Amino acid sequence: MKEKLVLVGNGMAGVRALEELLKIAPEHYDITVFGAEPYGNYNRIMLSPVLAGEKTIDEIMLNDEQWYIDNGITLHKGKLVTEIDRAKRVVRAADGTEEKYDRLILASGSMPFIIPIPGKDLPGVVAFRDIYDVDRMLAAAHANAQGKGHAVVIGGGLLGLEAANGLLKQGMQVSVVHLLDTLMERQLDKPAATLLKRSLEERGLNFLMGAQTEAILGKDKVESVRFKDGLEISADLVVMAVGIRPNIELAKKVGLHCERGVVVNDTMQTYDPRVYAVGECVQHRGETYGLVAPLFEQAKVCANHLAHLGFARYEGSVTSTKLKVTGIDLFSAGDFHGDDTTDEMVLQDPGRGVYKKVVIKDNRIQGAVMYGDTIDGAWYFQLMRDGTDISGFRDNLLFGQAHLGDSGHGDDNRVAAMADSAEICGCNGVCKGDIVKAISDKKLFTLDEVRAHTKASSSCGSCTGLVEALLAYTLGGDYSQTPSKKPMCPCTEHTHDDVRTAIRAEGIKSVRAAMDTLNWKTEDGCSKCRPALNYYLLCQWPGDYVDDNQSRFINERVHANIQKDGTYSVIPRMWGGETTPAELMAIAQIAEKYKVPTVHVTGGQRIDLLGVKKEDLPGMWGDLSKAGFVSGHAYGKAIRTVKTCVGKTWCRFGTQDSTQMGIDLEKLTWGSWTPHKFKLAVSGCPRNCAEATIKDFGVVCVDSGYELHVGGNGGVKVRATDFLCHVKTEDEVKEYCAAFLQLYREDAHYLERTAPWVERIGLQYIKDKVVEDAESRAVLAERFRVSQQYAQIDPWKERAEGRDAHEYSPLMRVG
Amino acid sequence: MSESNWIEVGNVSDIPKLGARVVRTPDGDIAVFRTANDEIFALRDKCPHKGGPLSQGIVHGKRVACPLHDWKINLDTGLAAAPDEGCAARFPVTVEDGRIMLSLTAELA
Repeated sequence: MKEKLVLVGNGMAGVRALEELLKIAPEHYDITVFGAEPYGNYNRIMLSPVLAGEKTIDEIMLNDEQWYIDNGITLHKGKLVTEIDRAKRVVRAADGTEEKYDRLILASGSMPFIIPIPGKDLPGVVAFRDIYDVDRMLAAAHANAQGKGHAVVIGGGLLGLEAANGLLKQGMQVSVVHLLDTLMERQLDKPAATLLKRSLEERGLNFLMGAQTEAILGKDKVESVRFKDGLEISADLVVMAVGIRPNIELAKKVGLHCERGVVVNDTMQTYDPRVYAVGECVQHRGETYGLVAPLFEQAKVCANHLAHLGFARYEGSVTSTKLKVTGIDLFSAGDFHGDDTTDEMVLQDPGRGVYKKVVIKDNRIQGAVMYGDTIDGAWYFQLMRDGTDISGFRDNLLFGQAHLGDSGHGDDNRVAAMADSAEICGCNGVCKGDIVKAISDKKLFTLDEVRAHTKASSSCGSCTGLVEALLAYTLGGDYSQTPSKKPMCPCTEHTHDDVRTAIRAEGIKSVRAAMDTLNWKTEDGCSKCRPALNYYLLCQWPGDYVDDNQSRFINERVHANIQKDGTYSVIPRMWGGETTPAELMAIAQIAEKYKVPTVHVTGGQRIDLLGVKKEDLPGMWGDLSKAGFVSGHAYGKAIRTVKTCVGKTWCRFGTQDSTQMGIDLEKLTWGSWTPHKFKLAVSGCPRNCAEATIKDFGVVCVDSGYELHVGGNGGVKVRATDFLCHVKTEDEVKEYCAAFLQLYREDAHYLERTAPWVERIGLQYIKDKVVEDAESRAVLAERFRVSQQYAQIDPWKERAEGRDAHEYSPLMRVG
Repeated sequence: MSESNWIEVGNVSDIPKLGARVVRTPDGDIAVFRTANDEIFALRDKCPHKGGPLSQGIVHGKRVACPLHDWKINLDTGLAAAPDEGCAARFPVTVEDGRIMLSLTAELA
């Protein structure tokens, strides 16, 4: 018989836990849900837009009643649970409904805090918490059709300002009363709060700062509000929005340990291990949370434990805030006040209404607050959670990610100001309007969901920041941001780093063993994780690991590049971009023999033979092999090309023999598989004709030796290299190149190019391992040389001689 | 569907596990897939999205990922996995003593 699971509280956190559970263990429990409100599950963070008339209740429903039916869940709506008999394991509602449970999830949410002053219970005094409150506010706003009613909102925090904005939009006159002299003091510093206040005043809000409410006056209903200093203002509606506190009434009553919230451990269990708690009612490691992203993380962990998997742990969340007031861009995260031990970087442009502050300690971001231009909020937040060393781009940090060399999207700054027709994802032709509509209509919360439904950000990924900004802008601030610990793919909970560590520590030597050992959720993984696993294994166990062809993307499986019509392209290696008449004649003859429709010179100085039929590949390779060519690996996550200029042999400016240096580097590195494609270049002088400063590894020859540059690329997001160091000899260039390459191979995530990798781990880390520590450099270079012994075997020659013949011939020809 | 349309196209062992091979016909290519559990499926070798050759994709579970834009196509139904929409035609296929029998008449979706 199935175990019985009861959820108390039909809100976002509890229902998300059920959704997560149904994904991983759909058959495990008989599920029953109690909800005090007479609705299905709705998106509480969208109540502000409902109040402002920008959305309807229907639009913010997350799970309608059909969802409960479809998933075999019993829903008791409008029933408040008043008792939990933990000994008998029975839940009882106010109307007498009883349900037995084996496991229970408590998700009772939070209660608005009502200031204990005279008049607080008068009709016309409301909180801002649920649909009922919104209905009452809307009724008050529309009660007075001729004259505009006056609303007093007590509380100048996030919730209060959103309520005030909504009521203003509904035609009321609104005054916001705040005890302190700074609005949103928990999320903003003074300059940002001042800008916010100014722009809200321009919209017509009235503020009473430093005002302490003494009493709410009125006979049958609210008539006015009186303050400590004796001031009295008229009021038709009073909204109490001074904060929320965890709703722990039930938990306390049934003897579960509570402090400010229901105390839970890292698996979201209360002191009674059969009882889990998630959401705003929870206190975890001393923290309570009122934003959506942490609740969703908790839900995931809770579901993992309920499904008897038990490997997920909740370790607390770092949160960020945005205000859901249309047209106001505001972001804050972490500790943005700073102290004696921190540095503060500030950018202020009052004319444009822009203010940014980033607080830094030991070259790591501690917190940020931004007003007016928040496009980089998600980026700062990511850097903060990852603890990235920002010393490499400290001088550009305040200007934002666009200034790190993102020439393609530098102008696409403020998503809020963009037209609906503005294209966000150039690869898939997705406009802002499409994305916003999908987020609202399909009720999407995460980047992955937006990718699945709209395809935006699912190809090259350069618009990811914009899509995240759109999510934040559409959902309001607390959408489920990309977690800092990203699982490799939906097949697993493990991150790339977890997987690599496990492969090393457990001595895992096959893709299948990796998926078994690490509890993969799918039978055979997917097209994302299998190639990654295969790469990690071959990188870890050179010579030992047997490459899993079926886990290779087609291009690497057949050693040619698939084209849109299903034909392939063939690019022979041409060392350092140098060739001879004999080689050119051989290529020309082979191209004619196989009737190659297009011959093209690539950006990396190689010759590309396009439109080759798959069956012709081995024969063509045999001919190329006889002429002395090997594979150019132009199809792989591998060493591509070393681009060179002619250097001092010919050029009057050349300082070194850059061509020979390029040939040597290509002979050293060819055949190596890497996390993503890897390109090199050698320029003979600082004029840099080989464009070495937009390569993964670039050498710029100077009179005194060689400058080494790393982490650059052209492409969607141009990034110029970082200067690594200067060396004197050719042998040093080779050793540093091998060491850098090996560090990248061992450390980067699969499909992460050197540019984002360098930005993620920081240049200093690379300098520590490759430049400053000679022993570490030697060890890395040696490991690279060892792995090259097994990698430098020409795959084309092998296949011309018959290897993997099944790949190149049809199973059968009919007719 | 006429009996004469069934032909033997090869052995299960001719196709790698989690792989596919192509049967060339005058009416276009048919991709024959083999899963990890040696189940055999056959689909028109054309992704409903932009016509990519499904036979060249990565097979996982009972799905194949199209090599061009990574759409996931269900091998048993030919349907694209949600939220994508589209269908590749299915061809009946059976295995007798390790030999693969394929019908050249597509099933109606």
